[in-house]
Amino acid sequence: MNKSVLFGTLAFAGLAAAGASAATLDDVKARGTLNCGVTTGVPGFAEPDSDGVWQGFDVAVCRAVAAAVLGDSDAVTFVPTTGKTRFTSLASGEIDMLARNTTWTFSRDTDLKFDFTGVNYYDGQGFMVPTDLGVASATELDGATVCIQTGTTTELNLADYFRINGMSYEPVPIETGAEAVQQFLAGACDVYTTDRSALAAQRAGFENPDNYMLLPEVVSKEPLGPLVRHGDSEWFDIVKWTLYALIAAEEYGVTQANVEELASAPGDNPEVNRLLGTEGELGAMMGVSNSWAKDAIAAVGNFGEIFDTTIGESTAIGLARGLNAQYTDGGLMYAPPFR
Amino acid sequence: MSEVHAHTVAFVRTSEIPASPPPVAEAGAVKWIKDNLISGPFNTIMTILGILVVAYLLAGLIPWIANGTWTGADIRECREILQGSGGGCFAVIAERWPQLLFGFQYPDYLRWRPTLAFVLLFLAVPPALFVMFLPRWTLIVTAIYPFVAYWLIWGGTILSPIVAAVGFLVGYLVFTKVEKRGFVQGLAAGIVAAVAVWWIGGVIAEEFSRVGALEVVESRALGGFMLNLILGVVCVSLSIPLGIVLALGRQSKLPIVKGFCVVFIEFVRGVPLITLLFVANVVLAYFFPPNSNPDLIIRVIIMITMFSSAYIAEVIRGGLAALPKGQYEAGDSLGLDYPQSMRLIILPQALKISIPGIVNVAVGLFKDTTLVSVISMFDLVGMIRGPILSSTDWTGVYWELWAAACVLFFIVCYGISQYSQWLERQLRTDHR
Repeated sequence: MNKSVLFGTLAFAGLAAAGASAATLDDVKARGTLNCGVTTGVPGFAEPDSDGVWQGFDVAVCRAVAAAVLGDSDAVTFVPTTGKTRFTSLASGEIDMLARNTTWTFSRDTDLKFDFTGVNYYDGQGFMVPTDLGVASATELDGATVCIQTGTTTELNLADYFRINGMSYEPVPIETGAEAVQQFLAGACDVYTTDRSALAAQRAGFENPDNYMLLPEVVSKEPLGPLVRHGDSEWFDIVKWTLYALIAAEEYGVTQANVEELASAPGDNPEVNRLLGTEGELGAMMGVSNSWAKDAIAAVGNFGEIFDTTIGESTAIGLARGLNAQYTDGGLMYAPPFR
Repeated sequence: MSEVHAHTVAFVRTSEIPASPPPVAEAGAVKWIKDNLISGPFNTIMTILGILVVAYLLAGLIPWIANGTWTGADIRECREILQGSGGGCFAVIAERWPQLLFGFQYPDYLRWRPTLAFVLLFLAVPPALFVMFLPRWTLIVTAIYPFVAYWLIWGGTILSPIVAAVGFLVGYLVFTKVEKRGFVQGLAAGIVAAVAVWWIGGVIAEEFSRVGALEVVESRALGGFMLNLILGVVCVSLSIPLGIVLALGRQSKLPIVKGFCVVFIEFVRGVPLITLLFVANVVLAYFFPPNSNPDLIIRVIIMITMFSSAYIAEVIRGGLAALPKGQYEAGDSLGLDYPQSMRLIILPQALKISIPGIVNVAVGLFKDTTLVSVISMFDLVGMIRGPILSSTDWTGVYWELWAAACVLFFIVCYGISQYSQWLERQLRTDHR
């Protein structure tokens, strides 16, 4: 019925596709919603609750960007993507940004033509064992049988780690995470290895989580962060600095509860004033409103609050801050100055 | 003779002996057991083994169902309630039931609309399925149904489905007028008329987009078992006519038509369905500008319909090949042209032969709709694998959810297969 429209769009398909890479900000503002790619579900990171509302650590990044750009943290269309479809969705312009547990690697940044806007979770490969195995460190795992997902980087990391430490192991290759858990619980292997956040999330679903423990060793670097397309630096800046605003807010003690009060009048800390727009014109430099950071923090809280409510130690997933603490607490979270 | 005997024999019985019951071992349940279960040492052993297997399964299954709990807000509460009694945590089904049926994005206050569409399906389908028992006019209900269902599920102005329906109607009327001059001319005129109506009506519908408007629900919001049913029903009903056309085309004497049909069928059959779905989801997105992609669900429907119509075409070709040559010659000798002889003589017989094959494809296709979960659509399987199993509340509940999915699919597939067997009995005209 919309034949004329369809033919018109077909004819201009090439032109428009070429133009899609530029001015994502204008597209988002015109559309009124942010198209944000998320997972089809990872406990704590992105999961729809029983009312169908998306919740989670990665989801909060999407909501913060929507709040910063549009002033409304609910103006997000969540586009669930699988590991296979995520990059094409972003490259084709179906989504404006991807916040989906994606590891920042060289080839994804350069060859696939994406820009990682930072790291919101430093993950790494770890090991889970039953407590009655009596092992306290991964260096004592010589000769163990290991459940491992085939075709992943974790398989290669495992081989490297055992070779470096001069140990041998017996791999039990497995296709999916759920299957791996079943095998591990059934005792088919002594050790189960994958990313530590996934281990913790899966352990939370065990019948007796206390009978299993995560070993302290981390054998690979898995920095997870949001990413955007190459070639639109303005949009890249907005997503990057929204993430930094959340991190900086924690550092300066700006919380969801006190952000309104702090933003109502300039305070003692000029950095906070600039962040919240009571001093300077930082928002205008990026092409968003001056209250962008205030809106984002008011919507989802600062980085520490997001962490605590979605995947932190008080939740069922129970991840410790570790590397994801502020640099002042010995972690790697470090926002450049707001100036 | 009898008189002679009456005097020469001491006793003659004049009434019939009442029938005595057969020996216990030769009738009823005992005989059945003797013949079927313990008719020899080997069969006796097999019977005992079979009983043991069934008992073992029931011993696990019955406590799982009977001790199961339907309350509890998450898996940890479930485990507290169960206290290791071996029961199932059916609370996940109780809590997420609407999500299993409708997906997690369909607005909950609008769920009555797809429910109503589903109920109406039972009004719309019988005229087509039980065509020999119901008056022919009831087929009108079937014809109207797709448009009503579209309006109910997706919402929007009622003018769009009305225009679509009017287009089909006008096309059909023009076809019947022009058909006397030839089938092909009639078809072409009908298509031209329908397209004209759609084009004009489309402008009008856009102009008055508030008339009879229901709240619009985007395709992306569809999910759960509803999505499986929509894909299954739409693709099966579209692919049967397409399959017939392709099968006839493959037998055509016109080289271009034949060549096209052969290439299409062989290409589609040579490619896995999941590849076509990836093409629908990923590759097509590159060819359209952002924001103007044709709906993902339409892309998927096109791909699945293409796939199943190729299979159905081959099934029907089998039916056509099974007809004796005399049937074709009979049509020719009666002076019927090609469309007439096909419609009146060949296809009714060929389709009857093809019923088991078509139903086989239909059942397989219905189950294949779960493959869309791979391209991040949330059908029943996608809902379970994605949002439900990976939620903090329910990660670790496998058996209960997959059992629920099995039950839902079994009900539908068993229903289809029972119908097809009934239909075969109804259409049986030989004297076996």
